[in-house]
Amino acid sequence: MKKNITKTSFLEGSRAISLTVANIQPEVVSAYPITPQTHIVEDLASFKASGKANYEYLRAESEFAAASIVVGASAAGSRVYSATSSQGLLLMIEVLYNASGLRLPLVMTVANRAVGAPINIWNDHSDAMAMRDAGWIMLFAENHQEAVDLHVISYKLAESLNIPVTVNVDGFILTHSHENVIIPSKLQIKKYLPSYKPKLGTYLNPKQPITIGGFFSPEYYWQEKARLDQDLKAATAKITSAYHSWKKILPSPLAIKTIFDNGLVEYYGPQKAETLLIAMGSVSGTIKEALKKQNKVGLLKIRSYRPFPAEDIKRIASRSHQIAIIEKAISSGATGPLYADVIAACPTVKGIFSNHIVGLGGRDISLETINSIIKSSQHEGLKFW
Amino acid sequence: MEYKKNFLTPGHNACAGCGQLSAVQAVMRALSADTILVNATGCLEVTTTAHPQSAWQLPWIHSLFENSAAIASGVKASLRKKKKGTKVVIQAGDGGTYDIGIGLISGLWERGEEILYICYDTESYSNTGVQASGSTPWGANTVTTPADKKSIGAQQVKKDMIGIALAHGLNYIAQSTAAFPDDITNKVKKALATSGPTYIQILSPCVPGWKIKTDEAIAAARLAVQTGLYPLLEYSNSQLSSSSINQNFQAKPVDEYLKMQGRFRHLKTEDIAHIQKNADKNISIYKI
Repeated sequence: MKKNITKTSFLEGSRAISLTVANIQPEVVSAYPITPQTHIVEDLASFKASGKANYEYLRAESEFAAASIVVGASAAGSRVYSATSSQGLLLMIEVLYNASGLRLPLVMTVANRAVGAPINIWNDHSDAMAMRDAGWIMLFAENHQEAVDLHVISYKLAESLNIPVTVNVDGFILTHSHENVIIPSKLQIKKYLPSYKPKLGTYLNPKQPITIGGFFSPEYYWQEKARLDQDLKAATAKITSAYHSWKKILPSPLAIKTIFDNGLVEYYGPQKAETLLIAMGSVSGTIKEALKKQNKVGLLKIRSYRPFPAEDIKRIASRSHQIAIIEKAISSGATGPLYADVIAACPTVKGIFSNHIVGLGGRDISLETINSIIKSSQHEGLKFW
Repeated sequence: MEYKKNFLTPGHNACAGCGQLSAVQAVMRALSADTILVNATGCLEVTTTAHPQSAWQLPWIHSLFENSAAIASGVKASLRKKKKGTKVVIQAGDGGTYDIGIGLISGLWERGEEILYICYDTESYSNTGVQASGSTPWGANTVTTPADKKSIGAQQVKKDMIGIALAHGLNYIAQSTAAFPDDITNKVKKALATSGPTYIQILSPCVPGWKIKTDEAIAAARLAVQTGLYPLLEYSNSQLSSSSINQNFQAKPVDEYLKMQGRFRHLKTEDIAHIQKNADKNISIYKI
């Protein structure tokens, strides 16, 4: 491997994502500005304006339109990209269900942000949870490098499975902070991800006319929904292989060593942890820092929220006495959505499960917060931190 | 007339005597095989694509009710990137055009994409059971603007969609009705030969919605023109370039048009006189 290939740069998260997306070479990009997604789409517009990139860049009049534009372009056989946050994601929701139902390989970044009211521009996962049931593959990045890697992997998954993929990156915490990161070159990406060339008869082309988005009566509709569910569940194996084959092309020399990582989940900590913390996204970095001073606590980081890696979670959770689910969203009137999913995955696991809602609307999560959560994990129940 | 390949095959399940399907056939006769169709949710989508069948012989996509303009923009962007000159034609009803999709239509027209948008104007949400839309004319009895003791029916004035298209500076805008298939075919051909976005609106009588007999859709669409209520119009480069309100125009009274339709049956003499004024206004505005 040439030396310059693994060159690290100190970059803003948004810049790391936009440079990676440009190197993936989408053919059609459309977006509508919303904080904290803005830097990504500003960068992509500037790459186009300067001639560094030659995708079609369409200014949309709303997120709803931006999502629809990339649906149209994808149905016509192009590789597409969009990005959004928060209210913008909620405005897109109807289109997001449509994209997965039409089995279109969209890839979209979500710079995760709280949802109003009250209006708040800071980070949590309320927006992502609003699209939980939309039939997309949903990946969560811990840091800049993972955000970069997951974008490349997402295109591989989307285009081989015909399922749209979203890469969730914590707003501001990842999008507006700087870290050392390796940006894969066009050549490295091309080796892993060839140009998108869908087969004739699977997209809109006058040479072989097809009907996309017809009317499905009850006898056909449920079959389509069942197939999407089965295909999403079957995608877990594909996520593992896509992850490993990408990491062979672009290893992360900076990454903290983990005990287990199959792309879907990552386990960090002692072989047998008394207490297991389960989390997604950038808070995993904070937790890893806190765990340096703990020898009986482990972290199970969930990278793929949909498909949900239920088997991995059940296996790892069954080794611990206390399982604390730490998450940045609440299904008001019930529990955190991740907690509900973990409970459903672990019907026979005997441990004490507790639910910790942290960082809502950008509320600070300190090492002290994590230590307090570990202490309180002796008790069941839900707590806001 | 020479008929080419039929891009909308028989076998769809629209109502007997549907005005829209007649208009669609006239549109299809103007298209080449190098065309992609984008359809909004509505009667046309539901009646032609009952899975696993499809009546379409052109590449065709339906996504949602309100986003056909943006879907078409995406399709066009993909074609542009591939350096393909394939035509893109949107088909939608008045609900998808005047109401729920209007913001996205404005976005499409602002982007200047070379896409033809066709609105089949049934003057109501026909597909969901004839509720009022922004296109429903004053006095029409619909299920959400019921005519009764304390209500005339629809109380708003029909939205001026042609005026909205003109405000966006489109190079070609036209209005027709299902009674004039050759006029529709010619206008679609002209629109497709024009640069930038274009808009055609076609009055398409809805048999159950207008409460007319199955053999009356074309007669109603013809009377709409003959009364001056819905003239055949054409704007080239923002100027009125052709109109059925021409020098030979001899208007028929509106009550002939109104009385054949159940949706207007409740109107009193003074109400009909009010609608006659609208027709008279059109006759003075669109005189050419």
